[in-house]
This record gives sequence, structure tokens and C-alpha cells, in this order.
Amino acid sequence: MEYAQEYIDLFEKNRELLEKPCASLLNAERAKAFLKFKNNGFPGIKEENWLHTNVSKRFAADYGMNLGRITANIDLQDTFTCDVPNLKTYRAYIVNDSFVQDEKNEKPLPNGVIIGSLNNIATNTPTLLEPYYNRLAERGDSTVQFNTAFVQEGIVIYIPRNCEIEETIQIVALLHSNVEMLNNRRLLIIMEENSKASILLCDHSASKLQTLSTAVTEIFMARGASLDLYELEETSAQNTRLGNLYVHQDGDSRFNHSNITLTNGFTRNYIEVELEGKGAETNINGLAIGDKQQHIDNRTLVDHKVPHCTSNELYKYILDEESTGVFAGKMLIRTDAQQTVSQQTNRNLCLTTCAHMYAQPQLEIYADDVKCSHGSTVGQLDENALFYMQQRGIPADEARHLLMYAFAGEVIENIKIDTLRDRLHLLVEKRFRGELNHCKGCSLCK
Amino acid sequence: MKKKNNILKKIANKAYKFGFVSKIKTEIIENGLNEEIIRLISKKKNEPEWLLEFRLKAYRHWLTLQMPTWPHLNIPPIDYQAISYYADPLKKSKDNKNKEIDPELMKTFEKLGIPLEERLALSGTAVDAVMDSVSVKTTFKEELKEKGIIFCSMSEAVQEYPDLVRKYLGTVVNYRDNFFAALNTAVFSDGSFVYIPKGVRCPMELSTYFRINAANTGQFERTLIVADDESYVSYLEGCTAPMRDENQLHAAIVEIIVNDNAEVKYSTVQNWYPGDAEGKGGVYNFVTKRGDCRGRGSKLSWTQVETGSAITWKYPSCILRGDNSQGEFYSVALTNNYQQADTGTKMIHLGKNTRSTIISKGISAGKSQNSYRGLVRVSKNAEGARNYSQCDSLLLGNECGAHTFPYMDIHNNSAIIEHEATTSKISEEQLFYCNQRGIDTEEAIGLIVNGYAKEVLNKLPMEFAIEAQKLLSVSLEGAVG
Repeated sequence: MEYAQEYIDLFEKNRELLEKPCASLLNAERAKAFLKFKNNGFPGIKEENWLHTNVSKRFAADYGMNLGRITANIDLQDTFTCDVPNLKTYRAYIVNDSFVQDEKNEKPLPNGVIIGSLNNIATNTPTLLEPYYNRLAERGDSTVQFNTAFVQEGIVIYIPRNCEIEETIQIVALLHSNVEMLNNRRLLIIMEENSKASILLCDHSASKLQTLSTAVTEIFMARGASLDLYELEETSAQNTRLGNLYVHQDGDSRFNHSNITLTNGFTRNYIEVELEGKGAETNINGLAIGDKQQHIDNRTLVDHKVPHCTSNELYKYILDEESTGVFAGKMLIRTDAQQTVSQQTNRNLCLTTCAHMYAQPQLEIYADDVKCSHGSTVGQLDENALFYMQQRGIPADEARHLLMYAFAGEVIENIKIDTLRDRLHLLVEKRFRGELNHCKGCSLCK
Repeated sequence: MKKKNNILKKIANKAYKFGFVSKIKTEIIENGLNEEIIRLISKKKNEPEWLLEFRLKAYRHWLTLQMPTWPHLNIPPIDYQAISYYADPLKKSKDNKNKEIDPELMKTFEKLGIPLEERLALSGTAVDAVMDSVSVKTTFKEELKEKGIIFCSMSEAVQEYPDLVRKYLGTVVNYRDNFFAALNTAVFSDGSFVYIPKGVRCPMELSTYFRINAANTGQFERTLIVADDESYVSYLEGCTAPMRDENQLHAAIVEIIVNDNAEVKYSTVQNWYPGDAEGKGGVYNFVTKRGDCRGRGSKLSWTQVETGSAITWKYPSCILRGDNSQGEFYSVALTNNYQQADTGTKMIHLGKNTRSTIISKGISAGKSQNSYRGLVRVSKNAEGARNYSQCDSLLLGNECGAHTFPYMDIHNNSAIIEHEATTSKISEEQLFYCNQRGIDTEEAIGLIVNGYAKEVLNKLPMEFAIEAQKLLSVSLEGAVG
């Protein structure tokens, strides 16, 4: 409780400041969440879900929080230009936790589509958000309650019925601060019936100081909706990320998720998908590349509640130097979820003796007419393959890169946007070579 | 479908074959657990001072512990003060020195198919028969002694070979290891002690048969097997208990030490009373089993067929300490009605070039819950470790559950670790195929289940394999959803 107590005190002292700029919907949920957090504190490493990730310690630093809502003075065009080439997007920014419209590149959105500030929409049209906000995340653990208790702003994406957006919605999340900072971000995605969209969410950091960001994302997919969500983590080694993603799927909806962790220092992602309508399909892919002292923890739960749903999961880790990887994926097949097809694969490469991997693929099955399997491997690069390539004149280093690249390729190939896929191939290759992702001029890359 | 349901009912109502109670005069100490009781048990067994201290240390530690809640089991609270920790079915002879075996007791074991008279016994198997808290008889002791093999009850070993016992007892499973290890260390009664000297290949299968008979007692036996350099032993364990409405606790410890190039094969056919069709009664089987492959090139192989017990909670494990050592775990766990099982193994790779294989087959029927939980840990210095795990689950019926929780902690990059698991049911096509060829559904299921478990059953010694096969058929045939 030692670190939690500081935040409990902070909350109680600054409650008015926290609540003042916020919509009543946010504040109502805040009150409930705070009580839960106050009771439980941060999770300890003896808890089964946090066995190898000491989260409480991450809150030890003396972080600043932007409770007074001071606007960051930042020129977006100058800060961020290393984009995905040739990718047509509707772009919006999140600077720390605030929604910022890209005014210079503003393109009209298709009819009825809303991309906007969570707090504004909750203030102006609360009826739109009431059925959704915090409905899935309220059952989350104390890191989620922490987020709900302190969150003041975020982003809402609303896709109306039968609306298919061809261009990708790109959300660029930037961390920008002159002090060590903690920020709490919220993302709410509502997909109405038969809507279709693809969203690219990329995280960058312009701060050289320690930062901590908690992010809670809730996604509601109505019947027949289809969403491709790509999350690309490219912040700095100083950043701690605590991500929680909750997805609710109705019948015949389809959710594809690709989660690529490249450079973040300490990452914990929790993904929970509930399949609540027949014929729903979910595909979760993840790639984590770690070196130095990176810590990457991905935990997923796919909850099959009804019959005839399909889920596929593929998570791959490449761990170099002293990095640590944790993967725990659970497939929960409830009694009614007959005819479920569920597959989970986790493959891990440890490249040094100091890299650690903890893998826990899990099946919890209460229905008999199902086809479920999982597989998990930990190993290293194939000596024979390396030797073969060296025999043919490929230098050892290059051969290693080629094999690692091919290993990662399986996840990247699942990305459906061609230009993004090419970009990721390049990013991953650069990452293996130890080159940072340098573009020609934005301040992030200088 | 209706026919299948009928078969299922028939199976569920099938009586547990070993559920009888023997009328044997048994000396039972009062219920409850405290230092006095522990002193009493120690005194009854005429134990040396160090052993009493060992027990008391464990008991004091146990008092500081709480029962863990992490398993995927629903365990009703256990009142440790309502159990008697010592029950002795041997009556004392007139001179009060030697104990005699009650003829009723002999009959009991005969009824269980474990004749205690050597002339009647299966050739090639020596048996240590344990009822409640006491070892009744150990057969073929003399023949084994000729080869230098020690096979006797734990109580006897404490008296006759105190140095050996003291050297090895508690070195694999420390009393601080877990809640039930502490409890067992405090109150353990009997069990078997096996010592195979250097270079000796044990000429017969050694076997212990555990039987709970008295009511309101628990069984807390302790087995210690030491295989010295280049020796070999195959050890079998079987167990049954009467049918009672109350739950009975069985919390044992098995410790195995395997030295250089030695091999131990440990097979269990666990058939404690599983409770009735409504989930009433049955044995709680909470056992800590662990082997330490200390020597280079040592090998330990666990084979278990788990069909009984209301709740099974155990993880027979291998510590692969010696270079080139090998661990194996073959398991069939079957749960029916309201039975629950959370079982699996731990393979701890410490030495170089260590190998482990895990084959686990879970079968769930009725309203039971069956979990595989296993850990593969490769420590930093365990160069060249290799593990292969396969965990399959078969679901028979739509009210049962099958779960897989493997843990892999890898700290060395030269390790190759593979894990795979599947869950499925017996397909209509398979049954139809058999039916077409004149095999009725009941028999077909028996065939399919036995085929499914064959990989594990093949690892059992001959007599046990037949027994296990029958056991599986009895508990399962027809149980399809």
C-alpha cells in the first residue's frame, strides 16, 4: 500500500481540482473507482495475475500530474512527421492525455462519424456515452480503477450504423513533458451495427524523463461490426505503460488486433475480449521485441460466452540482452459456448543467457463440443540455419537478423494495410539492427 | 442419445468396488492437533529425539501458514482439530512387545487383491501394506536384504537405519515447502523406506498399498526412496478407502533421491474413494511428491493413473540437478461426477543438458473439473535444457470442465521448450465407425479412451497396466456427451 497511499492522499486533497473540468459522467465513475482503488491499492507480485511484474514499484517515482489541465505548448507538425508513407488517414493527436485536433490536415469525416474529446462529448451529449463509458472497465483490477479515478480526458471514436470508413483512423499519442510525468488516458470506441473501420494507434515519446502512462481502452462492437486495431508502441526506455483493453463483441462482429511493442521500457498490456454474440470472431496478434532491461508483459483473456465463436491468438517475443518477457493468455470457454473454435500460439526467442521468459498459455474449458488448442515454445535461433547461411556467404550477424526478421514476419503478415505492413517490416528490421527509427526531421527523432 | 444417457447413469451409479469397511479393532488417538498429540505419536513410534524436534519444528511452522487458494479447486474448509492423526489396526500381543496381524486384516488385504502371505503373492512384487497409520506387513524383505536392498516401513527404518533416514529425510521436500508438507512432517505416521545400494538392479517391483479404514482419521504417510549410484528400482503405489459420507484427508509426502546414473520409476494407481454421484464424501488427496535427480545421468520417471479421490491436488516433480539427468511425467487423470483434480508436474532444470518429458491426459466426465497445472523452469546455468510437454483433455459430457495452466519460466537461452495442449471430445464419427463394425457404444468408448490414454498406460508395469485399463473402463465406458 505504500505507494498507493500517496495517490490516495493526492486524490483526496485535489478532488475538486480533478473533478471541476470534467463531465459528471466521468466524475460519477471516478467516485466508484476511487473507492475500489482505496480498498485494494496496487496489485502485489503475489497475485497470480501479477506474478512477474512488480507494478507497485513503478509508481514510486515522484511523478507530476497535469490535474490543472495546463495545455502543452507543442507544435504537432514540428514534433511528429515520421509517419507511415502513403497511408491515407484521418489523423488526430493525443498529447499526454488530451485530445488535439490536427487543424492543418483536417479532413471532413464521413457523415455521422465522431472523433473527439471524451470530456467534451460527455459534457455535451452524455446520452451517447452513458451506455458505454466504464461499462467494461469497471470490473478491471486496481490499475484500471486508478485510471478511472484520475482520468480527465481521452478520445471517443464513434462509427454509426452501416458506415464503412475506407481510410485508416490514425491516433498519434505523444508524451511531452519537461518533468517526470504520470498521465491517464482513455479511449472509447463505439462501433454500431455493420460498421467497419481500421484504427492505427501509435505511441511516441518526446520526453527524455521518466514517464508513466495508464491507458484504458473500451471497444463496443455491435452486430456485424468489423474493426482492425493496430497498436504500435514506440516510446522510450524511460516510459512505463500500463494498458488495459476491453472489447465487447456482439454477433457476427469481427475484431482484429495487432499489438507491436518495440521500444517501450516497461510494458504491461491486459487484453480482455468477451464474445457475446453467435458468429463473432476475434484475432489477437502480438509482437514484442525487447532488449536492454525492457520488461514486456502481455496478458490476454478471451471469454467465449456463446456458441459458434472463433478466436485466434498469436503472440511472439524476441528477447535480447537483459530483457524480460511475460505472456499469459487464457481462453475461457463457458458452458454454453459449444462449437467454439479457439487456437492460441505463443512462440518466444531468447537470444542471451540474461533474457528471461515467463510463459503461461491457459485453457479453461467448460463446454465439450469445442476445438481448442494452444501451443507455446521457447528456444533460440536454429544453429543449422545460421550455419547454412554462413556457408553461403551471409555474415553471421546478417544471418541472425534474417532469421529474427522471418520469425517476426508471421505477426506482421497479419496486418491488412499494405503500406503499414511495409512500414512495420522496415521498423522491425531497423530495430534489430539497433538503429532508431530516424526520419528526416521531426524533433522526436533528433 | 437417450441410450447414451442411460449408460452414463448406469456408470454413475456403479458402486465403488473397494468401499467396504473392515471390522478391525483399531487403536485411535483422540481428535485434534497440538504439540501433545505430536509428542504422543512420536512416543508411540518410539522415535529418537531428533525426529520429534523435526516434527515440532514443522508443526510450529504450519501454525503460521494458511491454506493456499490458488488452485482451480473448490475445497470446503477443513477442520484440522476434528481429525485423529493416528490409528493403529495392529493389536498388541500378550507380552506387549510384538504386534500381531489380526486375521480380519489379512482378509481385508486379500479382498483388495493384495495377499500378504508371500506364497500367495504375485511373483516378482514385494509389498508394503499400510493401513491407516501403520505398516501392516512388508513381504519379501529377506530376499531383498540379500542384495543389500532395504525395503521396510518408515517406522522400522527409523529404528533400524536411523543414520540413513536422518541423512535423507526432508532433504527433497522441506517442511517449509508448503502447507501440507508442513502438516505431514508434523504428524506423519507410516510409509515405506527404500534404499537401493550402489550398482544394484532391484530384482522385483516394490510396491506399497495404502488403505484408509478407520473413520474420522487422516492418512499422513511418508515415503522415502534412495537410489544410490547406478542402481535401478521400479516402485508401485496403490490406494483405496471405504465409502463414507464424510471427507477424509490424505496428505502424504514422497521423497526420492536419485544418484549418479541411477534410475527410479515410480508408478501410482490412485483409487481413493471418489465420493458418491452427488459428490458426498470421498478422500481429499493433497500430496507432495518430489524427486531429486542429484547424480549425473540420473533418471526419474513418474507415471500416475488418477481415478479416485473427491479432490486431487498434487504435482509429482523432478529437480534435475545432475548434468544429463532426465525427468519424465506420464499422467492419466480421470474425473467423474463431482470429482475435482488439479494435478500436473514441475520440472526444475538446474544441471546441464537435462531433459524432461511431460505427457498428461485428462478425462473429464459428469460434473467434474479437471485441471493440468505444470511448471517448467530452466535456471540460468542449465545449459542445453530440453522439454517437451503435451497435455490433452477429453471432455465427456457438457457439464464438466477441462483446464490447462502450464507455466514456463525460462532463464537460459540455450533451452528448447515446447508445450502443446488440445481439448476435444469423442467425435460422433469415431463412435459411428465403431458401431458400424459391430462394436456397441459402451465398448467403443472404452476402446477410444484406452487408446487415448495408451501412451501413459504403456509406461506402467504389466500388472498395473491391466489394472489401470480396467479401472478406466469401469469409470468411463458409456460416459459420452
